[in-house]
Amino acid sequence: MSNTIRATFAFTVMAALLLLVGFYQSWNVALTILNLCLISAVMSLGVNIQWGYAGLFNAGVMAFTALGGLAAVLVSVNPVGEAWSAGGLGMLLSAFIVMAGIAIIVLLRRWLAAGPLRKLCTAMVVIAALVLLRSHYYDAVQSIEAVNPAKTGFLGGLGMPILFSWVIGGVFAAAVAWLIGTVALGLRADYLAIATLGISEIVIAVIKNEDWLARGVKNVSGLSRPVPYEYQLQNSEWFISLVQRFGESKLALLSDTARPAALQQMVIEGSSVFVKLCYSALFAAMLLLILWLCGRALNSPWGRMMRAIRDNEEAASAMGKDVTRRHLQVFVLGCAVLGIAGAMLTTLDGQFTPGTYQPLRYTFLIWVMVIVGGSGNNLGAVLGGFLIWFVWIEAEPASLFVMQFLTSHLDDASAWRTHLIDSAPHLRLFLMGLVLLLVLRFSPRGILPEQVRRS
Amino acid sequence: MPETIDVLNAITLLANFVLLPALSYGSQLALGALGVTLIFGILRFANFAHGDTMAFGTMIAILITWWFQSLGLSLGPLPTALLALPFAILATAIVVIIFDKTVFSFYRRQKSPPVMLAIASVGVMFMMNAIVRFIIGPDDQRFADGEKFIIKAREFKTMTGLNEGLAIKSTTVLTVVITLIVVTALFWFLQRSRTGKAMRAFSDNEDLALLSGINPERIVLVTWIIAAALATIAGVLYGLDKSFKPFTYFQMLLPIFAAAIVGGIGQPIGAVVGGYVIAFSELSITYAYKKFLKYLLPEGSEPEGLAQLLSTDYKFAVSFIILVVVLLVRPTGIFRGRVL
Repeated sequence: MSNTIRATFAFTVMAALLLLVGFYQSWNVALTILNLCLISAVMSLGVNIQWGYAGLFNAGVMAFTALGGLAAVLVSVNPVGEAWSAGGLGMLLSAFIVMAGIAIIVLLRRWLAAGPLRKLCTAMVVIAALVLLRSHYYDAVQSIEAVNPAKTGFLGGLGMPILFSWVIGGVFAAAVAWLIGTVALGLRADYLAIATLGISEIVIAVIKNEDWLARGVKNVSGLSRPVPYEYQLQNSEWFISLVQRFGESKLALLSDTARPAALQQMVIEGSSVFVKLCYSALFAAMLLLILWLCGRALNSPWGRMMRAIRDNEEAASAMGKDVTRRHLQVFVLGCAVLGIAGAMLTTLDGQFTPGTYQPLRYTFLIWVMVIVGGSGNNLGAVLGGFLIWFVWIEAEPASLFVMQFLTSHLDDASAWRTHLIDSAPHLRLFLMGLVLLLVLRFSPRGILPEQVRRS
Repeated sequence: MPETIDVLNAITLLANFVLLPALSYGSQLALGALGVTLIFGILRFANFAHGDTMAFGTMIAILITWWFQSLGLSLGPLPTALLALPFAILATAIVVIIFDKTVFSFYRRQKSPPVMLAIASVGVMFMMNAIVRFIIGPDDQRFADGEKFIIKAREFKTMTGLNEGLAIKSTTVLTVVITLIVVTALFWFLQRSRTGKAMRAFSDNEDLALLSGINPERIVLVTWIIAAALATIAGVLYGLDKSFKPFTYFQMLLPIFAAAIVGGIGQPIGAVVGGYVIAFSELSITYAYKKFLKYLLPEGSEPEGLAQLLSTDYKFAVSFIILVVVLLVRPTGIFRGRVL
């Protein structure tokens, strides 16, 4: 089967699955799944850039999505003036001390030759900076967190529309990725995985505990939306008439007395579907843009060089390619995409909850998506994102159903039955592992394999 | 100069809150890191499923402990879980060998790059995690019984007349003693026994080992059995000391990796040292030294704040920071493990 037919077939099946959910469960559920499918697809495109193009095992996906989420908060929330006047100066001063310290160290490294003197000077600068920081930073943190701690207690953001955060989230993630990449790239593949896994935990720990930044585990909720609110739709004329036109045939069957109530119900349901559709349109546009860019990159000389480096590092470096720099570049690019996806996710949720970032869901699940979909193939990664998210969500009710069926001969009150039914949701983890292992074993190139062109 | 009694008080304080907890946590990490490092040395991949192997072994131990408790079996002052330990090791070994035969052996035969094995171990991690959560649930389980303390803080105070108490938990002593026995036995095995020597030879140079007639399948089998035993022992000791929760065990993966890498991956002695390095730094960096300094410094000059290097919230991050620093400064680790 040629690749195009294969891809068309796979995506048709995927669309049919989503439609089935729409018809049999509800359109609300189907659209909720679709929205997260779209975001997952962006995430797996990001991982695909790193793993599929360049063979980098980044196990810190979670950190970059969280950074994107952080960007959503810092961009969209209104600034807390009181907190800024209480601790803003101290915070800026601390930032200045950190930057000055780094600048001095960089200059020292340039001026002094390597040796004990340079080490001593560097250590002294670090200690001096830490002592200076201690006095300013902690005071600033305390005064910021003291400002109305139940509601704010943080510096707030810029008060800009949340859509800007998609770009800013990418920039945040790229900046942190650059830092991590300069440190950790050049390690062997599985060490890179361990290092990035560790660093991602540090990033999450910082976001969780630095309350002045985004309230930490106290969460920021009620972020502004790029789409209208349901209640606004329910009260606007054009929307009600739109719903009326769509539901004409159904409404016509009802008596005059029942009609307003039915219309009311339809408007409520319709508004929630409409909001989700708006999100879907936004996410789909973003996904298509990134997909288009990825396709361009993969088919360009740059993409060919990346694949050459991936397939044989030594040969590529013998041909004069700077492997470490290219790795850093592709790592930063992939992380930027992950940051965008993270910002999209927080935009959809309308809240930022650092406590929910866990490696199983935000790192390893994305990996399953890429490998199942087809690493090195952009469409494959997108398909993986859709399919695995769909299975991840639908496996829960499905395993519950299966478990209920299997235990139906047992007594309702029996401890076995309650335990089995209660534990059924955990089976989806098992399913994910199984799918990953099966694909890896029997079809290691994924559902939509990478196209290898031979001239 | 502070008086002798103050110095003693300060030392007791530090021993109670830093030294003893770090000693037991470090032992648990060391056992876990030994398993990771052995797998890395022989099978040459980073096993992401090790944390969940620990959880699996501990779960079996807990289930058998409950069964023994219902039968009225006990070890008196020692926890019943010790009695269950051999059975749990057996079960865990069987499970990891099944996973090896069905999953890892294929990639070994294919001579796949190590990263493929690491990704396959992610799949195994998912499955193990699911099995544990399915059988015992995601919640906290306590299964420690027997004597809780060898010396209680109050007893210590009346015994010595010091202000500060030193509580010695029986699980701490148990952990340290068992670790000592296990590590000694393992080193004896690796250095002296025929299979152990074969394992080391295999780890040093696979081709040469194969040429001299070492059976690779046997080596791999023994490695998995030892790794399963180490993981189960580490998991049970950690569970006795604190409590059992699948998610915590999954998270243990990182300090364990950190310990193995800090010590020098592929080096058993490095894993042990690395375990203690990680544990001691985690606890000593996040400990508030205010009271400690109060005993030692002359009156009036004690620090205003808590005198804490890093807030306790970052306790978990310390091991990763050490890991990153080691990867930067000396990527082969303390004992010169494999080149990365």
